[in-house]
Amino acid sequence: MQTKLTINGNEHDLEHDTRTTLLDALRNHLGLSGTKKGCDHGQCGACTILINGRRINACLTLACMHDGDEITTIEGIGTPDNLSPMQAAFVQHDGFQCGYCTPGQICSATAMLEEARMGWPSHVTDDVTSAPDLTDTEISERMSGNLCRCSAYPNIVDAIRQVSEKTT
Amino acid sequence: MTAHLKMDKPDTRNRLDHTAQGLIGAGMDRPDGKAKVTGTAAYAFEDQPEGMAHGVLVRANVAKGRLNDIDRDSVLRLPGVLAAMCGPRFLRNPAQGGANEAPVQGSEGIAYLGQPVALVVAETFEQARHAAHMLTLQIDAQEGQTDPDIAGYESPDAKQAQQGDLDRAMKDAATAIDVTYTTPSHNSAAMEPHAAIAEWDQDMLTLRGSYQMLKYNRNELADALGIDPKCVRILAPYVGGGFGSKLGIAPEAVAAALAAHELNRPVGVALTRQQVFEGTMRRSESRQRVRLAADASGKLQGIGHDAYISNLTDEVFSEPVTQATPFIYAGENRVIGHHIARVNRTCAGSVRAPGESIGVTVLENAMDELAHQTGIDPVELRLMNIPDKNPTSGLPFSSHTLAEALTTGRDRFGWDQRNPQPGSTRKGDWLIGMGMASAVRVNILSEARVRVTLMPDGTARVQTDMTDIGTGTYAILTQICAEMLGLPETDVSVSLGDTDHPPGPGSGGSWGASSVGTAAFLACEKIRRELAKKVDADEADLTLKDGMVSYANRQVRLADMIDEEIEIEGHVEPGDTSDDVTQSTYGAHFAEVAVNAVTGETRVQRMLGVFAAGRILNHKTARSQCLGGMTFGLGMALTEELMHDPRDGHIVNRDLAEYHLPVNLDVPQLDVVLLDERDAYANPLQSKGIGELGICGAAAAITNAIFNATGVRVRDYPATLDKVLAGL
Repeated sequence: MQTKLTINGNEHDLEHDTRTTLLDALRNHLGLSGTKKGCDHGQCGACTILINGRRINACLTLACMHDGDEITTIEGIGTPDNLSPMQAAFVQHDGFQCGYCTPGQICSATAMLEEARMGWPSHVTDDVTSAPDLTDTEISERMSGNLCRCSAYPNIVDAIRQVSEKTT
Repeated sequence: MTAHLKMDKPDTRNRLDHTAQGLIGAGMDRPDGKAKVTGTAAYAFEDQPEGMAHGVLVRANVAKGRLNDIDRDSVLRLPGVLAAMCGPRFLRNPAQGGANEAPVQGSEGIAYLGQPVALVVAETFEQARHAAHMLTLQIDAQEGQTDPDIAGYESPDAKQAQQGDLDRAMKDAATAIDVTYTTPSHNSAAMEPHAAIAEWDQDMLTLRGSYQMLKYNRNELADALGIDPKCVRILAPYVGGGFGSKLGIAPEAVAAALAAHELNRPVGVALTRQQVFEGTMRRSESRQRVRLAADASGKLQGIGHDAYISNLTDEVFSEPVTQATPFIYAGENRVIGHHIARVNRTCAGSVRAPGESIGVTVLENAMDELAHQTGIDPVELRLMNIPDKNPTSGLPFSSHTLAEALTTGRDRFGWDQRNPQPGSTRKGDWLIGMGMASAVRVNILSEARVRVTLMPDGTARVQTDMTDIGTGTYAILTQICAEMLGLPETDVSVSLGDTDHPPGPGSGGSWGASSVGTAAFLACEKIRRELAKKVDADEADLTLKDGMVSYANRQVRLADMIDEEIEIEGHVEPGDTSDDVTQSTYGAHFAEVAVNAVTGETRVQRMLGVFAAGRILNHKTARSQCLGGMTFGLGMALTEELMHDPRDGHIVNRDLAEYHLPVNLDVPQLDVVLLDERDAYANPLQSKGIGELGICGAAAAITNAIFNATGVRVRDYPATLDKVLAGL
């Protein structure tokens, strides 16, 4: 079947199997391998991308469901010569080691800050009616869908806190 | 030209304290960082050649048996399917670290449930996955043995050791501890699943893969395929974590190579996460009996450590649980026992710090039990039992930093705030406690070669087949070469993970940075000598900084000194310093936990690790390695457990939803202190391995804290809430 995907501002006409996940469409068909496959079951978060600004596990959705959606992958967040503030903060704070979960962490963190800005509460928010204060615990909770076996978690929190403080 | 060193004598020159660039030890950002944060670093399955077909492995669904055949016709008629294969060259399981030859081969013999026995190849991944589900295996099931305790244990003579009379010491002891702990199987769970893409050009095989030790992997792959290693090139420029699971060549590599050969086109095979759990390596479960005999002052008179572990038949690897027990504490009477059962379970192999990760942990739990029984402070008990020489071999220590780690940690953590009476601190529903443990891990130098080329433009190129599995190899090789050659870090380019380059040591056993770093150091030292010759000066009198060379009140641009490449291969081999002294790294863990009095849930609130590993080459990446090790320990303490079905040994929780890694919220802002140390016996860098020290004993600090918080001693890891609650 055919689907028109808008990825990082570019349109792609994709001829694909009905079973193709959005993740496999990116990695195997479009050469956008920055999005990682860690479990293919929505358990690790390595494939986190943004669809219309919201974070989603690309392995848990089919390519055919995204005709017309605005998709942002890590390649659309920044490039080696033009890092986004979140990417630069991850490098500075060593928010990764092997780097395999990193694109997912960065996409997730980028969208998470937007969620917090919009006042979304989390599991650890005491008062769900007030604007959340992005404490370390809030950051950690909101990033707990992204596993990192190298366990750069404290550095990831440092990186996100720095970006959060600079932008608020 | 080569620069060779056999490490026969300590190197006390402190060479890296006298260079000028100022990069060694600094927390330099990883040079590979930008590629990693932008998704442009290409891992194993991400440089897919034109026309690549997709292969999906098919697993055996019995614990033991014989695969007679596969029903090829059942899948070859499906859309897109190109081949369905099995055969005598398929690997039963991955090679063990450093095997240098193929492991047991042949899909006919099934030795565990989950063994990859067949491969289905199709034009697309979706077609291959579907066909793999449809493939019928013709299997004769046999009676397997999946329970180690029923299988029974072998006790190889070479792995038993005894000195003095431990039984007597236990009888005479003022305080005797005799406890048995169990730890479950663990999985490395590196974030990148194992994958390989094979492509043939005539008789030449190029394999992009996710492996840790390429010089061995090349020989293992060639042996498995029955071809000359010269015909194999392996590329692994980025590896998405390893932790031991990618030490040896694995089934997907051989299957991809066989399929690519048969189909005459590139074939890629990536494991599913479930296949990673079932078909790579597990850390063996263990049952450990520890005996401690102390006199009235708390001094140890005897130590016994018996380990019961398991593996498949015909596997040489045997979890070295007691590796640190011969030398960590004093005591004249000592018994080491090692017992292995042969079972039809997923292959057991190296998982981060094989041996000490679970062995030191249980020993440190037993030490905590001794501290509690005697009423001696746990830190004091350890301090009074530090030996002044290796109590088993009699050899001197190359350096010994356990006391400094313990006292530094005690002061920094606020250990004096701990109430030694268990269960005495409560805040609301939460019981608060503190625990600690020593960390120890043997230090190893491994043979390594690195080619360093100083280019006519004054930049340098560094090449080796060494891998960076997140450990920071790109960073430390950049720093060492930039430091020695006096270049800004941006003028050094490091190329890794290509078997066309000189063979490094591979990433494993914490030896990577020191071994490959030494080879690079040797090459650079020789380049400096070549430069000195050109200006008729002594190498030691040259000051190299920012691309300038200074000597005898003169200064010239490095680029102006050379008109052609200077290419040197550095080569280091371990020597007498590996045998004449006991080399080890040391540390101390401190943890504060809160245990919910209602649910039994444990949350780690604070954790501190103090570590000494010789010269620290990069404080940023070294700290990250420690964070990683400590968090592995946190998982081991509280959540990680592979569950084997008692009927057929299969791993029940074979995914990341059911095998519980620590997530971000489980891990507080861990505190890491790296002590300043130089170990001249280790290598000319005076550095030691840091990649595994952080896990050794970490779990014990947490479970000892649970005891302090609650009075509940969980001797069956992990300390899940049901086990804690049962004692509350």
